[in-house]
Amino acid sequence: MTQTKTTMATKIFKHIQTTVVPLAIENIDTDQIIPARFLKATTREGFGNNLFRDWRFDENDQPKPDFVLNNPTYSGKVLVAGKNFGCGSSREHAAWAIADYGFDAVVSSFFADIFKGNALNNGLLPVQVSDDFLQKIFDAVAADHTAEVEIDLENQYIKISATGEQENFEVNPYKKACMINGYDDIDYILSQKNKIEEFEVR
Amino acid sequence: MGQTLFDKIWDAHVVSSAEGFPDILYIDTHFIHEVTSPQAFDGLRKRGLPVFRPQQTVATADHNVPTWDQHLPIKEELSRYQVDMLTKNCKEFGIELYGLGHPYQGIVHVIGPELGITRPGGTYVCGDSHTSTHGAFGAIAFGIGTSQVEQVLATQCLLQSRPKRMKIEVNGKLQKGVGAKDIILYIIAQISAAGGTGYAVEYAGDTIRSLSMEGRMTICNMSIEMGARCGLIAPDETTINYVKGREFAPKGEEWDKAVAYWQTLYSDEDAEFDSVLSFRAEDIEPMITYGTNPGMGIGVTQHVPETASLDIKEQVSYKKALDYMGLHDDEQLLGKPIDYVFIGSCTNSRIEDLRQVAEFVKGKHKADNVTVWVVPGSKQVQEQAIREGLDKIFNEAGFPLREPGCSACLGMNEDKIPAGKYCVSTSNRNFEGRQGPNSRTFLASPLTAAASAITGKVTDIREFLKEEELV
Repeated sequence: MTQTKTTMATKIFKHIQTTVVPLAIENIDTDQIIPARFLKATTREGFGNNLFRDWRFDENDQPKPDFVLNNPTYSGKVLVAGKNFGCGSSREHAAWAIADYGFDAVVSSFFADIFKGNALNNGLLPVQVSDDFLQKIFDAVAADHTAEVEIDLENQYIKISATGEQENFEVNPYKKACMINGYDDIDYILSQKNKIEEFEVR
Repeated sequence: MGQTLFDKIWDAHVVSSAEGFPDILYIDTHFIHEVTSPQAFDGLRKRGLPVFRPQQTVATADHNVPTWDQHLPIKEELSRYQVDMLTKNCKEFGIELYGLGHPYQGIVHVIGPELGITRPGGTYVCGDSHTSTHGAFGAIAFGIGTSQVEQVLATQCLLQSRPKRMKIEVNGKLQKGVGAKDIILYIIAQISAAGGTGYAVEYAGDTIRSLSMEGRMTICNMSIEMGARCGLIAPDETTINYVKGREFAPKGEEWDKAVAYWQTLYSDEDAEFDSVLSFRAEDIEPMITYGTNPGMGIGVTQHVPETASLDIKEQVSYKKALDYMGLHDDEQLLGKPIDYVFIGSCTNSRIEDLRQVAEFVKGKHKADNVTVWVVPGSKQVQEQAIREGLDKIFNEAGFPLREPGCSACLGMNEDKIPAGKYCVSTSNRNFEGRQGPNSRTFLASPLTAAASAITGKVTDIREFLKEEELV
């Protein structure tokens, strides 16, 4: 790889072992992750406070006790969610909110394209597993809320620590290198500036 | 082997392609708006970089703007600040801004096409998922995140892996009262809100061909609602006639050269797609959604599916959606009282949409229980509507014509649907809270929305049209 690590390095991700937060809902769209009325900030910070705002808080801003983020039983660096996670609006604020809240990875059996790209650009790893494996994680957490998963980006696997069951996941090799090394897309493209200028006069 | 339309355009924009890397794709025009650009400009400042090609960047304010009394300062402080930031950033980086009060201001996906900026064969991106709209011209156009907005500002290029190709054909004659919005809601209901993920979708077939540019834009606009990376339609006479003479369209010799190139933009007979789907126009009823994603749609006379008919794994999410909507298994939406009707958004706010609604509501009046908002997609659409006297027809019908913006599509500006209320909306998303916290959205066509406004309940437009024929 010809990239160099420079000014705007992305957050580095290599390997984590952690408990998880289960959210077994399908088609979670980015309007749920961060409603539009909270997109008025002009910086990238602080969106975690409003992560899943309308599922997490009632109309009087009081926490809804039945929502998983308000349940002290569950915590961890990985959010595990139903299929087609992150569909809808392209708002990168959704990835910022999840990362700002403290998650390092999201596991689902299917991700929407734009969300997946946004997550990768922010050091938040989207881990796509089979429907069966997703169910196994939900089952493991239901049986024991302290169940941990291990995610290894270098070797591209996710493992349920207690049972040892594991599955490999796909990740674009370029984005993988970016996340492991903190490389930045803009530096890479600008390293080919002459090619852009040649293209423009074609 | 032949090439698809998508591949022809993609290949013509690849700056560099290397094994193991996404392609570096050249972007012809980058549209920006106030919500998803401030952090990108901040990034440029931190890097000490200029905007690489400011003349290929077009800005407007649409998401946060009020649609009433636009000449007054924006009341909401954070919205005003965000719009002011856009003005400041455009000035600092030398970008043309069609801001509030400018005759070209409007929803970003309405103004690009109407100004002749969007053209066949081009590449367009914007920090907004409905950028897929521009694909109606036979272009590659898709939504991007803010990090990518920064990338395009800094380089006029985007790192992007080539998606798979899907062709969706629709052939046959549409029933009276059924239009482009019904076609796309029908397709999404058939293949689900994730059915197009990973694909660039080309829409083809004689039904698609018969649509106006406005109709084609409605179709491509909602490509993202089935998860597709983008949607596109091969350019033809309809496309060329639409672009011709517009403000920034090529002129003179440039025009002839451009048209000659555009005529090469189609999928070759032997082009291979990764997936091909076909639908019959005759099967499509006026559509309406009942749930909380755009794939949860039915013909307006049909009943809400029963939870037990679904895969057991899907039942929890399904019940959550019906509970949110205040609906139950097997319920029929037809005749259900509604509270609001919203006609607008980048899906259905163009002059043709407004003309169609005006023609239908002329001499009628909205029901007392319904509040109606008609929001033009741009200043130019608004002025055209006024020139044609549509505003008078709307006023007499109790459908006030507002000022341009994204309005009640996304619950960000002042136009929000109150909690618990039902809105028949011509927009593109029925997500929980999309039109305001706890609002409930039924997505439908402009005609279905207008008919429902008149009766005060979910209505089958075909019944109206039958009666009008009898008279």
